[in-house]
Amino acid sequence: MSEVKNPLEGITKESTAKLIEETLEMYPEKAKKKRAPHMSENDHEDSGCAIRSNKKTVPGVMSARGCAYAGAKGVVWGPIRDMVHVSHGPVGCGFYSWGTRRNLTSGTVGVDNFSGMMFTSDFQEKDIVYGGDPKLEKLLNEAKELFPLAKGMSVLSECPVGLIGDDINAVAKKMENELGKLVVPCNCEGFRGVSQSLGHHISNDTIRDHIIGTTEYAEEPGPYDIALIGDYNIGGDIWAAVNVLEEIGLNVKAQWTGDGQIEHIAATHQVKLNLIHCYRSMNYMCKVMEEKYGIPWLEFNFFGPTKIEESLRAIGECFDDKIKANVEKVIAKYKPKMQAIIDEYKPRLEGKTAIVFVGGLRPRHTIGAYEDLGMKIIASGYEFAHSDDYDRTYPEMDKGTLVFDDASEIELEKWVEHFKPDLVASGIKEKYVFQKAGIPFRQMHSWDYSGPYHAYDGFEIFARDIDMAINSPTWGLVKSPF
Amino acid sequence: MSEECAVKKVTEITKEEVKKVSKWIDSKEYAEKNFAREALVINPAHACQPLGAQLAAYGFEGTLPFVHGSQGCASYYRSTFNRHFREPAPAVSDAMTEDGAVFGGQNNLFEGLENAYALYKPKMTAVFTSCMPEVIGDDLTAFIKNAKQKELLPDNHPTPYANTPSFNGTHIHGYDAMLKAILSYLSEGKKVEGKCTGKLNLIPGFDGNVGNLREYKHILEEMDVPYVLQADISDTMDSPLDGKYNPYPGGTKLEDAAEIVNSKATISLQKYATTTTMKWITAECSGSADVLPMPFGVKKTDEFIMKVAELFGKEIPQSLKDERGRAVDAMTDAHQYLHGKKFALFGDPDYLIGLVSFLLEMGAKPYHVLCSRATKKFTKEMQALLDSSPYGAGCNVWTNKDLWHMRSLLATDPVDMLIGDTHGKFAARDTSTPHLRVGFPIIDRVNLHRSPIVGYTGAINLLTQIANKFLDIVDDTCEDRFFEMMR
Repeated sequence: MSEVKNPLEGITKESTAKLIEETLEMYPEKAKKKRAPHMSENDHEDSGCAIRSNKKTVPGVMSARGCAYAGAKGVVWGPIRDMVHVSHGPVGCGFYSWGTRRNLTSGTVGVDNFSGMMFTSDFQEKDIVYGGDPKLEKLLNEAKELFPLAKGMSVLSECPVGLIGDDINAVAKKMENELGKLVVPCNCEGFRGVSQSLGHHISNDTIRDHIIGTTEYAEEPGPYDIALIGDYNIGGDIWAAVNVLEEIGLNVKAQWTGDGQIEHIAATHQVKLNLIHCYRSMNYMCKVMEEKYGIPWLEFNFFGPTKIEESLRAIGECFDDKIKANVEKVIAKYKPKMQAIIDEYKPRLEGKTAIVFVGGLRPRHTIGAYEDLGMKIIASGYEFAHSDDYDRTYPEMDKGTLVFDDASEIELEKWVEHFKPDLVASGIKEKYVFQKAGIPFRQMHSWDYSGPYHAYDGFEIFARDIDMAINSPTWGLVKSPF
Repeated sequence: MSEECAVKKVTEITKEEVKKVSKWIDSKEYAEKNFAREALVINPAHACQPLGAQLAAYGFEGTLPFVHGSQGCASYYRSTFNRHFREPAPAVSDAMTEDGAVFGGQNNLFEGLENAYALYKPKMTAVFTSCMPEVIGDDLTAFIKNAKQKELLPDNHPTPYANTPSFNGTHIHGYDAMLKAILSYLSEGKKVEGKCTGKLNLIPGFDGNVGNLREYKHILEEMDVPYVLQADISDTMDSPLDGKYNPYPGGTKLEDAAEIVNSKATISLQKYATTTTMKWITAECSGSADVLPMPFGVKKTDEFIMKVAELFGKEIPQSLKDERGRAVDAMTDAHQYLHGKKFALFGDPDYLIGLVSFLLEMGAKPYHVLCSRATKKFTKEMQALLDSSPYGAGCNVWTNKDLWHMRSLLATDPVDMLIGDTHGKFAARDTSTPHLRVGFPIIDRVNLHRSPIVGYTGAINLLTQIANKFLDIVDDTCEDRFFEMMR
């Protein structure tokens, strides 16, 4: 403990600017121009640090991004457990996104829970030539027949659907009447937009148009009714978050969309407050409900005790003294447990550095949790963020650190080589690149098959995982003695 | 007020309803309904063509897979390989978007090829397509020619390309298309009359088990046969962790691939995954061209080794005879744990033929064999194999069915074990069927892809996994009074 290094030593605006310059040197002229505005040394007081984002990926650079379909199926719709989500088009998209996000769900698979299953129209050549609408009608019929307890179906378009002139909206409307079941068309073809982000937005639009306000809760509305927005229950995150929110006396009426139920989501217009965790994928929903139903919303952060406490107090401020008092009680209750976790892990992690490159909210929201363990984030970036995400990120990062957007793999390699971080926190496509290079790594989309990481229950697991990644004795074997 | 009344209340699914439907979906009546499905595919056991193309590309030295299409496709293929092999899986895409739908993808391809070459310095760029360019009808031949004319790539930089539409065939067909494209591209104009490298080309096919590839090499080395393993992913998808990342850690040397036209012999070990490649080899390459079944179990391994010995006039070495003897020893020692046990299997056609052959050798009973996309030819071959043994009697061969069908089969007509990739785990759990993970992808167990299941060694490994799984189950579940020291 005595010799904790200063993790930011040597990192200045100038040194990072130089690194960026060297990074861009790798590119051909045209690509260099395109990539340059997507990375910057951080200085939130200086308006010069304005990362360009939500722009087309440069062809050929090895981006980590996915597509609109991935954002719609994988992120927003897929976790809703009581609907049949049809990947409409060829087999691949649904196959690759089947069970690979770790959005856990309750219920009995194939009976009242369909989230862990994969439904597809498995387009063949003839569907491309003659159109897939007749097949869609037929398969919706079959889905109703085989899954009578499903609350509805979503139709998630893959690339060919939008190119061959199919009209899934007309089919959905017709079949909704015929089947007497909710059928939601979602035009989320992978070629639309520049990343997963448009898929989130298209899904938000369909929820706005087809879902919100179509049901009401069976119970009378109460003063503590809230909805939890933008928690997808990766490794059980939302269960950990709901535990805490209920402990402070709130009623979580709807989960968007982790372990979600569509009718509960549909009645969200009745709640008193929307709490949003993943701002990127669902802020539009909060804004819609605010405008249309006057429901206030609040961003919060359930990663690490510092941010959890801040967030709980901010949530408490939205309610009466009873909730405020509960918040203090809950904070006091968990404080010793959190301190014990910090006491155990901080001595082994203090002064360590990490580079973060993920999506959604994590490049900024997880920073506090690392800092609770004595670590520093020296570079952070998003796959598919917008400028409002970066505006929220600059203040969380130290001056001179690197902030970046839609990094290509070679950029990450360059930056990791330069900063020599103790940990890279990114996705599966990056994981083995850096592990081969001897750099500890955690997958921070899927929690690396662990979790939850949210709320008090999550911090204990997060701390354990970061410690084992960095301090695994296997790293001591990399250098061969011969 | 009237409008409010029109809004329906949230209803909860009751426990009784769940119980009733849970029972129903396990019933024969449900199975009938399920098998009457014509349009909806549920839990398929196959992926799309470009995934296979990407695996073929990984088989060659310094090769960067290049997806012409939407960027999400490339991310999906990459992450699938990352999860299965727990290895890096570099690939680029040219990130086609809406404007590509209007103007075609040539500009994306131009920019993509230029950037990828400058950044990742591949020795070869293997281009294949996902849905979008296939639907709009992009002309890859012209586009790549144009890219070279514009000097976006050096003229001599190998850029084989394959059309791999996802709405046709499965991953094995994409593998075939890309493999043929690479081999024919590299060998163009290299055929020399009368020249013979004296080597065997061995084509493993679409196989996620790098241990299998190493086993093939081992057998050929024992036999002292000069060989080229064509599309060798054993190092690219199983590289050492030594503190330095190498994006291209192995693969068949490009000059060795090019010499395929002047070889002594070619053997493909996957009939269904190399159909067009073998057609091309038969027509264009010197030397013999044979297709053998994957060497699962003793007989198919014998067949493979005898074929190689015959082609190269080699004596089969004592070391392999000993390996064979050890496999037979292991199989005899353990036959009682497998004999008469019923198995359900799903996967790619070539894997299924091999696995069934092995089970029959053990006196086990293949009972449900499900191939999610297969031809009549496959059904015929499988049936002939089953008919060759009394243990194959009563087996059902299911083609163009999926894992939701498999669930109905396991629920209504149960077996002792399910063999197939990770995606079978839900059907297995729902029906309390033990599940042995074999195939691609395996994304919930470690290192199975490193342990060979072909050859004599592979037969022992496969047997060990199956028998010990049964024995673990006995120990985990038997009543106390039947819990014994010995098994």
